Amino acid sequence: MQLEGIHKSFGDTPVLNGVSLSVRQGEFVTLLGSSGCGKTTTLRVIAGLESPDSGRVLLSGEDVTRQEPNRRDVNTVFQNYALFPHMSVGANVGYSLKLRKVPKADIQRQVREMLGLVQLEGFEKRMPAGLSGGQKQRVAIARALICKPRLLLLDEPLGALDLQLRRQMQQELKRLQKKLGITFLYITHDQEEALNMSDRIAVMRDGRFQQVGAPSEVYDSPRTSFVARFVGAANIVYGTVEAVEGDLVRFTSTDGSGAFLSRGHSFAPGRPVTLAVRGEQSQALKQAGRAQPGLAGVVKEKSFAGGMLRIAVELPSGGTFVCSRQGIDSDLAPGDRVKIVWDPAHACPVDMD
Amino acid sequence: MGKPKRKTAGAGALAALPLYVFALVFVLGPLIYMVALSFMTRAEAWGVVPEATLKNYADIFQPVYLETFWESIKLAVVSTLLVIAIGYPFGYFMAKLTAKWKKRTMLLLMIPFWTSSLIRLYGWIIIFRAGGVFDSCLMALHITEEPLKMLYTYPAVVVGMAYALAPFMIFAVYSSAEKLDFSLVEAARDLGATPWQAFRTVSFKLTLPGLLSGVVLTFVPSMGLFFIADILGGNKVVLVGNLIQEQLMKAHNWPFAAALSVALLALTTLILFLYRKLSGASDLEGLV
Repeated sequence: MQLEGIHKSFGDTPVLNGVSLSVRQGEFVTLLGSSGCGKTTTLRVIAGLESPDSGRVLLSGEDVTRQEPNRRDVNTVFQNYALFPHMSVGANVGYSLKLRKVPKADIQRQVREMLGLVQLEGFEKRMPAGLSGGQKQRVAIARALICKPRLLLLDEPLGALDLQLRRQMQQELKRLQKKLGITFLYITHDQEEALNMSDRIAVMRDGRFQQVGAPSEVYDSPRTSFVARFVGAANIVYGTVEAVEGDLVRFTSTDGSGAFLSRGHSFAPGRPVTLAVRGEQSQALKQAGRAQPGLAGVVKEKSFAGGMLRIAVELPSGGTFVCSRQGIDSDLAPGDRVKIVWDPAHACPVDMD
Repeated sequence: MGKPKRKTAGAGALAALPLYVFALVFVLGPLIYMVALSFMTRAEAWGVVPEATLKNYADIFQPVYLETFWESIKLAVVSTLLVIAIGYPFGYFMAKLTAKWKKRTMLLLMIPFWTSSLIRLYGWIIIFRAGGVFDSCLMALHITEEPLKMLYTYPAVVVGMAYALAPFMIFAVYSSAEKLDFSLVEAARDLGATPWQAFRTVSFKLTLPGLLSGVVLTFVPSMGLFFIADILGGNKVVLVGNLIQEQLMKAHNWPFAAALSVALLALTTLILFLYRKLSGASDLEGLV
C-alpha cells in the first residue's frame, strides 16, 4: 500500500498536508498522534470513505484513489465497532460473504472459523446489543477479516476497552496479524500501544508525518522535539554549541552545560541546539562539584508510578526536567539542589531541519 | 429504598388518575355505548328501541356494503402507497439535513396544521376544479390540451388523502432515520456493499420500524376520513366513513351506523395487530 502526497481539506481547514507512506505486505504499521492530527482521515482516504483533494492511493501498485470503497480490497475495524444492530453476530460476520453470494453452507463454515479465531465460538445467534465491549470488538475484527483483505485498517480499535483487556487484545491482534499475514494499518493515540505492537510507527501531527520508523528508532532517535515528547515523554533541552571534539559536542545553556553525540549532523560553536533526553537515561546527582558539567536545579517533587520513581527538577530557566529510575528508594527530597547528568550517547539532537 | 419508591409509585398513580377518568368517560364509555347500540333495533321514526338483534351485523354482509368496505381498503392501500412514495424519501433525507435546515423543514411541515384541514381541502378544490390551477399549469406546459377535470374523481381523493396523511409518515420515518448511525452505512460499504445494497440491508432495515408505524398512522385514518372523499370525490367515492355518516345523519339508522363503526374498528384493530406481528418479526431479520 502506498500513499503519495495526499492533501485533504474540510472547508477551509486543511486536515492532511501531503501525507506519503509506503507499507509492505504483511507489515504492522501504526499511525500515532493526538486527536485531530489527521490519522482517522488518512484511514478514511485509504478505505475510500473520503476522497483526497490531491495525491494518490495505491494498492499493490494499482491506483485506487477514485475507486468506490466496496471495490477496494481493504476492510476497516471502526472505532465504535459499527456492528449492525439488527443482525446477529453470525450475520454481521458473514455480511460481506453474503454480498458476494457465497453459498449459505460456506458462509456458515467460514463464520464459525472466524469466530473461533477471535475466540467467540458459538456466538452466531447472539445479538450485538447483548455483547460486552471486548466481544463487540472481536466481532468487528472477525467481520473485517473474513474476506481476507490485503489490508486491514484499524481505527483505535481498543480505545473503549479497559487497560487489562486492552493489553490482552493487543497481543491477540498481533497474533492474528502474524497468523493471517495481512497488512495492518493501526491508529492509536497511545504511544505504549504503538511501541508494543508495530513493525513501524508513523508519528503524525497537523496532517503531516513527523517521523516514520521502527519503534526503537522513533524512541531512541526522535527526529523532532514533538516526537521526542509524544513518544516516551522525553525532556527537551535548549542550548548553544560550545565546542566540537570529533563526535562529541559540548553545549551550554542558562541551566548549565552538557554534552551529546553529533549523530552525523554537523555542528559549529555558537549554533543553537535542541536536545531530547530520556528521563530514565539521565540522573539527578545530589553531591556534585561546581566544576562538573550538568544542568543545575532544585527537586520539586517525587512520584512513584509503574515501578519507576519520577523526580521532577525545577531548572533556573523555569523549565522542568523529569528524571526517572527503577525502584522506590531515593536519597533525594524536595528542595534538594541537584545536578542532572547523562551519557552523551543518550542525548539526541532534534529539530535539525 | 423501598419506601420512597412505593411513595413515588403511589404519587405516579395519583397523577395518572385524571388520565384514567378521561379514558373512562371519553373513550371506554362511548365505545360501550356504541357496541350496545349496534345490537339494538332501529325505532320507527327516531332513535332506537332496546330490542337485541344481530340484524345490523347481518346487513353489513349485503354486497353493496361489502363493496364499500372493499373500496375503502383499496383507497387506503393506494393512498398509503402514495404516502410511502412521498413520505419515506422525504423523512429519510430530512434526517440527513443540517440542524438548521431540519428546523426549517419541520416548521414548513407544521405550518399547514395551524389552518383547519377543511379550509385546506377547499384549497384543493381550487387547484383541481375544471380550469383550475392544476389544469392551467398542465395546459400551459402543453402536457394536455384539454382540462383534465380532476375534481370529483378518484385520483383527486387519493391526492387529498396523501396530502392530509403524508406529514405523519414523514415524521415517523424521520424519527427513525434520525437515530440511524451513518457509520453503519460506511461499514456496509467498506465490507463490499454498493450504495443500493447498503441502503437495502442496513438503512432500510433500520428505518423499517418508522415506515411501519407511518403505514399504520396513514392506513388506519385513511379508512375513516370521509370528509376528504366527500369534498374531493363528490358522491362518486363512497367510503365506510361516508357510509357511517350517511346512516347516522341522513338515514338516522343509529344501530346500523354503530355496527358499521364496530366493523371498521375491528378492521383497524386487525391492522394494528398485524403491525405488532410484523414489527416484532423485523427484530429477528437478517439471520444468516
